[in-house]
Amino acid sequence: MDADLLTEPDDKIELKGSGIIAAIKASGIEYILSVPDIVTSGGLLRPIARDPELKLIRVCKEDECIGIASGLSYCDKRALTLIQYTGFLDSINAIRGIAVEYGQPICMMIGLLGHDPYTTPRNSPRYGVRIIEPILEAMGIPHHLVNEEPDVAKIRPAIEDAYAKSHPVALLIGRRPSAS
Amino acid sequence: MMKRDECFRVLTRHVTDEVLVSTYSSAVDWLNLGERTLNYFSVGAMGLDSSHALGLALGRPNKRIICLQGDGSLLMNLGCLVTIAAAAPKNLVHIVVQNGTYEANGGHPIPNTEADFAAMARAAGYAHVHDFSQLANFEQQAAHVLKQDGPVFATLHVEPSKPLTYDYPNLYDPARRKALKAALQQS
Repeated sequence: MDADLLTEPDDKIELKGSGIIAAIKASGIEYILSVPDIVTSGGLLRPIARDPELKLIRVCKEDECIGIASGLSYCDKRALTLIQYTGFLDSINAIRGIAVEYGQPICMMIGLLGHDPYTTPRNSPRYGVRIIEPILEAMGIPHHLVNEEPDVAKIRPAIEDAYAKSHPVALLIGRRPSAS
Repeated sequence: MMKRDECFRVLTRHVTDEVLVSTYSSAVDWLNLGERTLNYFSVGAMGLDSSHALGLALGRPNKRIICLQGDGSLLMNLGCLVTIAAAAPKNLVHIVVQNGTYEANGGHPIPNTEADFAAMARAAGYAHVHDFSQLANFEQQAAHVLKQDGPVFATLHVEPSKPLTYDYPNLYDPARRKALKAALQQS
């Protein structure tokens, strides 16, 4: 079994990838734009790559996703950008210009690598994770933490709202989703 | 060596109902040749014009998408060559205008003015690749280039142009984006 198909060894709480993928589909998402992230690799990206109902576009660098999603939105096609928080940080200018200033429905699902799922992102042991929510708030981007099973219910309304009101949204994946 | 505005005049003879994506200096020169609803000026994040174009090409597979990108812009998103080649949209024509400068940012040279972008596109896996330095040759081939099954790549080697006036409020005008979206929804 690939290492990325395993949940964290000491994690007693399961966050099912299948539930997240079902919520993504229920939101009308047709395209997944992604650079691999070990947090979401086994539970989300691998099954998405095999799923004939979703079109996966593998990109070289995360900010490409923002441009592609914008182009798709002009054609009334919904896309989800699936990246790691480091890729989010690397894409800040594209998100600033295209998602925020242009008011585009750019939906991002962001894996919080190195985060301790038993605490909040603001109290994460990883500096890069601690700064994510404050940055999103400074940019005026709504965000939601998907850390446990009940949080999966946040996904569809968040994406629906982003497309209805044409604004970006960030869904933060706090623990490694399982492949079940 | 060609001039960018002359090359664009050649394109105007062939561009009809295609969506044309452009940024910064290329967008200014293109707009100077006339208004059209199907222009997509993705000013705001340099380098992503080609990615916007890929999104449009995927979203509207029955419509031709033309991207007019500067060489400095491509350098900020060089990975897009591999992404576009892998996605392989048949309806995308990616034209890079190589003047060797970051023109909108003071005309400073790009790190290597001799960079061979056509070779990079060929290596990335574009279906068809062209390289034009003579206007007569481009005039003769333009219609063919725009109609080939993509992804198509073409470099236009041009000389730096006279200083341009960058009317960003006009390029940014939300009314343009709204009109483009409405037009795409009707087509």
